Amino acid sequence: MVQNIIDVKNLSKSFDISLKEPGFKGTIKHFFRRQTKSLRVIKDISFEIKEGEIVGFLGANGAGKTTILKMLCGLIYPSKGSILVSGYLPFMRKENFLKNITLIMGQKQQLIWDLPPIESFYLNASIYDLDKFEAKRRIKKLSDMLEIDKELFIPVRKLSLGQRMKSELLAALIHEPNILFLDEPTLGLDINAQRNLRKFLQKYNEETNATICLTSHYMKDITSLCKRVICVHEGSISYDGTLDLLLKKLSPFKEILIICRSEEDAIKLENFGFTVKNKIKNEITIKIENNSITSSLKTILNNFDIEDFFINEPPIDEIIGRVLSKKGYEI
Amino acid sequence: MNSRKYLKVYKKFLHTSFASELEYKTNILIDLITAILSLIGSIFLLSIFFQNNGYIGGWKFEQALIIQGIYTILNGITNTWFNPNLTEIVKHIREGTLDFVLLKPIDSQFFISFKKINPSGFLEIMLGFFLLFFCIRVNQINLNLNFLTLSSITISCSICILYSLWFFISTTTIWFVKTWNAIEVLRSFLYIGRFPLNSFSFSLRIFFSVFIPIAFITTIPSEVFLGLSQLWKISLEIIVATVFLITSRKFWLFALKFYSSASS
Repeated sequence: MVQNIIDVKNLSKSFDISLKEPGFKGTIKHFFRRQTKSLRVIKDISFEIKEGEIVGFLGANGAGKTTILKMLCGLIYPSKGSILVSGYLPFMRKENFLKNITLIMGQKQQLIWDLPPIESFYLNASIYDLDKFEAKRRIKKLSDMLEIDKELFIPVRKLSLGQRMKSELLAALIHEPNILFLDEPTLGLDINAQRNLRKFLQKYNEETNATICLTSHYMKDITSLCKRVICVHEGSISYDGTLDLLLKKLSPFKEILIICRSEEDAIKLENFGFTVKNKIKNEITIKIENNSITSSLKTILNNFDIEDFFINEPPIDEIIGRVLSKKGYEI
Repeated sequence: MNSRKYLKVYKKFLHTSFASELEYKTNILIDLITAILSLIGSIFLLSIFFQNNGYIGGWKFEQALIIQGIYTILNGITNTWFNPNLTEIVKHIREGTLDFVLLKPIDSQFFISFKKINPSGFLEIMLGFFLLFFCIRVNQINLNLNFLTLSSITISCSICILYSLWFFISTTTIWFVKTWNAIEVLRSFLYIGRFPLNSFSFSLRIFFSVFIPIAFITTIPSEVFLGLSQLWKISLEIIVATVFLITSRKFWLFALKFYSSASS
């Protein structure tokens, strides 16, 4: 049986934030008498993650995804509840725990800006107490996987964003951690760089059985990497389960584009009783429930002169967008 | 603590810092020229004070130069280690990159205190030592074991006090985020360390001994050079340095509990 590597129970986190009224008067008031308000950003959440799982955290900006990741890796003290990661209390930041995890943030960098990435890799290797030969072996292995070679010897400031992100990954993985916390790792990357990064993470997970916790606003990251997603809405978990089930729950319909031989057939089909999304001349798009697609298509093919048809999945971004929307959405 | 690992990491810190700084040759050259001009300027200023009076606070010009020498060494150490590293804490906290430091299996205080060095500060340290050797000759100081031990102890204590003061102020960034001004105020107070403590009024002497212990930083080691120091003063400096170091450590560990990281 696969063990739970992350165990979170009734976790809450509150931050004190200062409030400021607009305008000059507000600024002066704020300077002399600062008003603060306690904001509960994470509200009593519980979940478990098994070893080797890739879990995506979904949520709108400010939903609390990054705060959860930072509590899991021990950067932020929880206000209430308990967290166990790999058997450790993360905020104690014990040496053996830190050797087991890594955090990669798409918008922050740890590489030394003026030097080639290789210098940062060897510095990290010495911090993780790796000898020179072992460090060299790991750099070679990871650079082959990431398909970077001559970039290792070019100053970081002269690398493209994609090359820099690959180097950041290498720097963060040189100690071969078991748990990866990734906070928007593909932020700002072009399509090819995003794809390469996803390919690498998939491969790394397969080869090392590492557990990956990922937040991203790019749906492609989530759909191609994560079987399981945790949706966070205003600090609470609104869904925790497989991505497939989420999509089925959120989108019980499919869209079918039907091309009729004549416009007359299209008009007849329009009035037949299906839910019509739109109609342009002899092309008509209808919405059909997932469980009645076969019977509906039989009816259409038997009663109308059809030239061609296409079954389309509704765009995943649109579906997930509904989960991320702030108000009144329940799964 | 695995001292072999820390030594290895420190060697890497030195290597990467040197390599980073050497990327900008002109900047190093300007820093070197600034260090030389600053020392000449300070000696000139000191000589103006002594132009009409042979003594200030009971100190002759040649004796006051010892204070200038120690100040130059300490300022060199500040510019080599404290300034590049401890001002970086502010940046780490503002930008949230302290996250990377805290997640490394190494002491975070060691990491942020020693990661960077500014090689041009070494010249200031060397200039300070040259000035001290000159003062030893001029003041005919006897270089015996007792003198070498006491001067090493007092200068080391001064370094510890100076480091603790810098580190303490930088740590407050965790709550106040911007503390550049406080660091500048500390730097201005340190300029006072170029003059003998006795040259100030009684109230200022108390202030610079109790509240901001500038007096301990330069005056006590200088008194050791001149054989004027009393054992109680040296003992007090050791106690102050130890208390400051321990407090700065405890304060850092306490402050980290309030670190909320920058938002992404």
